[in-house]
Amino acid sequence: MIAELGLAALWLAAALAALQLVAGAFAQRDGTTELAGLARPAAIIQGVLAAFSFLMLLILFAQTDLSVKLVAMNSHSAKPMIFKLSGAFGNHEGSMLLWITVMALAGALIAAAERRLPERTMMATLAAQAFVGLGFYAFLLFSSNPFERLPQPAMEGMGLNPLLQDIGLVFHPPTLYVGYVGLSVAFSFAVGALLTRQVTPDFARAMRPWVLGAWIFLTLGITAGSYWAYYELGWGGWWFWDPVENASLMPWLAATALLHSASVLAARDALRAWTIMLGVVAFSMSMVGTFLVRSGILTSVHAFAVDPERGTFILVLLSIYIGGALLLFALRAGTVSEGERFSVTSREAALVFNNVMLSAILGIVLLGTLYPLLTEAFDVRVSVGPPYFNPVGAIFVVPMLMVMAVGPLLRWRQDNIVRIRLPMLIAGGAALAVLLLVTVTTNIGILPLLGLALSAGLGIASFMPLRGRKLRLLPLATWGMVIAHFGIAVALFGMASESAFSEETLAAVEVGDQAEIGPWQVVLSEVRPTAGPNWTALEGRLLVSYKGGTSKEIDPQSRNFWAPPQETTESALVTRWNGQLYAVIGREAGDGRWQLRLWWKPFVTMIWYGGILIALGGVLALIGRLFADLKRRAVKLRGAERRGLSVRNVEPRDAGA
Amino acid sequence: MKRWILWVPLAMFFGFCALFAYHLARPKTEFVASTMIGRPLPEFSLRAAVADRPALATADFRDGKPRLFNVFASWCIPCAAEAPQLEMLRRRGADIVAVAIRDRPDDVADFLSRYGNPYSRIGADDLSEVQLGIGSSGVPETFVIDGDGMITYQHIGDIRASDVPVLLQKLEEAR
Repeated sequence: MIAELGLAALWLAAALAALQLVAGAFAQRDGTTELAGLARPAAIIQGVLAAFSFLMLLILFAQTDLSVKLVAMNSHSAKPMIFKLSGAFGNHEGSMLLWITVMALAGALIAAAERRLPERTMMATLAAQAFVGLGFYAFLLFSSNPFERLPQPAMEGMGLNPLLQDIGLVFHPPTLYVGYVGLSVAFSFAVGALLTRQVTPDFARAMRPWVLGAWIFLTLGITAGSYWAYYELGWGGWWFWDPVENASLMPWLAATALLHSASVLAARDALRAWTIMLGVVAFSMSMVGTFLVRSGILTSVHAFAVDPERGTFILVLLSIYIGGALLLFALRAGTVSEGERFSVTSREAALVFNNVMLSAILGIVLLGTLYPLLTEAFDVRVSVGPPYFNPVGAIFVVPMLMVMAVGPLLRWRQDNIVRIRLPMLIAGGAALAVLLLVTVTTNIGILPLLGLALSAGLGIASFMPLRGRKLRLLPLATWGMVIAHFGIAVALFGMASESAFSEETLAAVEVGDQAEIGPWQVVLSEVRPTAGPNWTALEGRLLVSYKGGTSKEIDPQSRNFWAPPQETTESALVTRWNGQLYAVIGREAGDGRWQLRLWWKPFVTMIWYGGILIALGGVLALIGRLFADLKRRAVKLRGAERRGLSVRNVEPRDAGA
Repeated sequence: MKRWILWVPLAMFFGFCALFAYHLARPKTEFVASTMIGRPLPEFSLRAAVADRPALATADFRDGKPRLFNVFASWCIPCAAEAPQLEMLRRRGADIVAVAIRDRPDDVADFLSRYGNPYSRIGADDLSEVQLGIGSSGVPETFVIDGDGMITYQHIGDIRASDVPVLLQKLEEAR
């Protein structure tokens, strides 16, 4: 019954999406008709129905209803409740339902809350959102139905991959999905604005909170995913340039660029076509990245069950949506007038420069991810890794960081570089001092060296916009920018330090022996067997002390799961303010000695603290923008009441035609 | 802005779609073949995994006779599934030797008594050293070794009934 309710709600939601599309499209032709009035309610009810459908799936998983195929394939009656629930979206069908639910809820939110856009653009946006939604409903209902029943209920479920039974992975997928799919709103806004040719500062202001919200979730999702890979995979690395990691990085890069170009559009009415382009690209990257992995064309650690029919469906969806939007862009962007001009030394110019740099980095990551596919078409197998991504990316990251330090200090439209010579000298001096100091005292690679110097310069420069301002009166959005930019400096410092100063050792030790790594002494005091619900493990007890201080016990494990047979390492970490000790125990090396792999990673945690700061900056900016909008709306409302007018936007003339 | 520039993103996207379509249409080779193919077996000498079969060393392969080299373990379920196919291969004249990966003699003996013993020699590869040395990353895998101890073919995963003629032919080719 519950499965049928969920399926019915899904069909109804799809029908409402169709209604929303038709209503929005008719509004383009006839202006405000009765039909057009249905678009907003349709969007809202569609959101409610999709959420209801997802709730039904969660209930099925909570009850472990084994007559439903998806539950039988991906769950087990003996799993803890939290993993039963996360099992609902730890598979292809469930995650697609989550995707469509987030998308429908976002559509409902725009329909309910967005009042700044001209009504016609709003209708076009809702129609675009519904059009994209319909494709995914079709995909779900025709080729990935999560509510399919089995002819005979299964006796017991098949369980969930033990590696996925981790609390981090309960939150990681939904967080990233909210980010990916939140960008669909920016996509629909861009398409809507192209259709009506109304690319205005108001349009940018309407779009910005959505981009900001999605970007915050993406930032958090990537940061959390990186930390998970670091402690769970036991290789001591925090970023592997794996296709799925790249798939999450590419929308983030596009969204970051979009965020900044939308700010230029909102403040200065410039960069119209560019903002539209990025709006299309950001969500396109979410779709391309996600489906490249789903289709099974690229293989990665995040393997999903694959069948070619789905791959074809996905390709058709991608070509309709992305191809359609890019076609519209090619036809219409030329008729969107260019907007305001600005000088080479201005904040706009700095933002444009960094937008180009971000786009270039995006291009590099995309190329690196697709390159193996390209060469495979000519029967050459290659794998592209850090030796490509790191130096080639740095070509663009380094100038970007330099401009990022200076840009926020510049005035809009036109400025004189001499005016900001003092802050530039301070930040540049700090970077140079670090550069010299590190070059003289150590012998590290060029990239980490540049990273350390730039993080010092940027860290100082990021606070410069506060100079001479009354801190109490400073808008929250400016605080957000300062903190997010500082977060970049912090993360960069962590990355550079990890890469430059990490020490690694592989020791074969007997029980009672001592190993040294960096400032740490590590004694293997015991190796004992231990067992969990579906694994056995050898656990090493290590007594570790920092520079001979009091010792602390940590217990790395080498685990053996038996269904499916899989060996995993559970690393053990000791976190200090200045870095992490990372320990992995390996197998017995014969003659009673054990393999112990140890890393000392100075300041590695700064990478993730930086990520959190970046997201926090986004949150502050979002709150600031929302409050400013509410205030502006209240002022507008009062003004309108005084004049006895309706507050609803009156249709303006076509700006571009 | 020049008009043609606006078409560049669309053109690039179509390039991407073409690549995507090409890869969808093309049958996926699921496994990465061992780079050890065409190279000699690494030097090893393993103790016997069970009492009633002799041990295994590289020298045993240099008698001019091609063999199947099966990588298995008693704790591996697909290994049990491929046992009938191995038995069929043995009856059709294949000489099959094996290494048991990270196993205990009692468990191996138990496994063989339950699923049959098609092997003429079984070495105990306690640390997966031989397995890694010949480029195998999982169990079960089956290699064809020619009479000079060269690796000529690798089969990854359990042997299905349809794989039996393929393996027999590869053995024939290795003569």
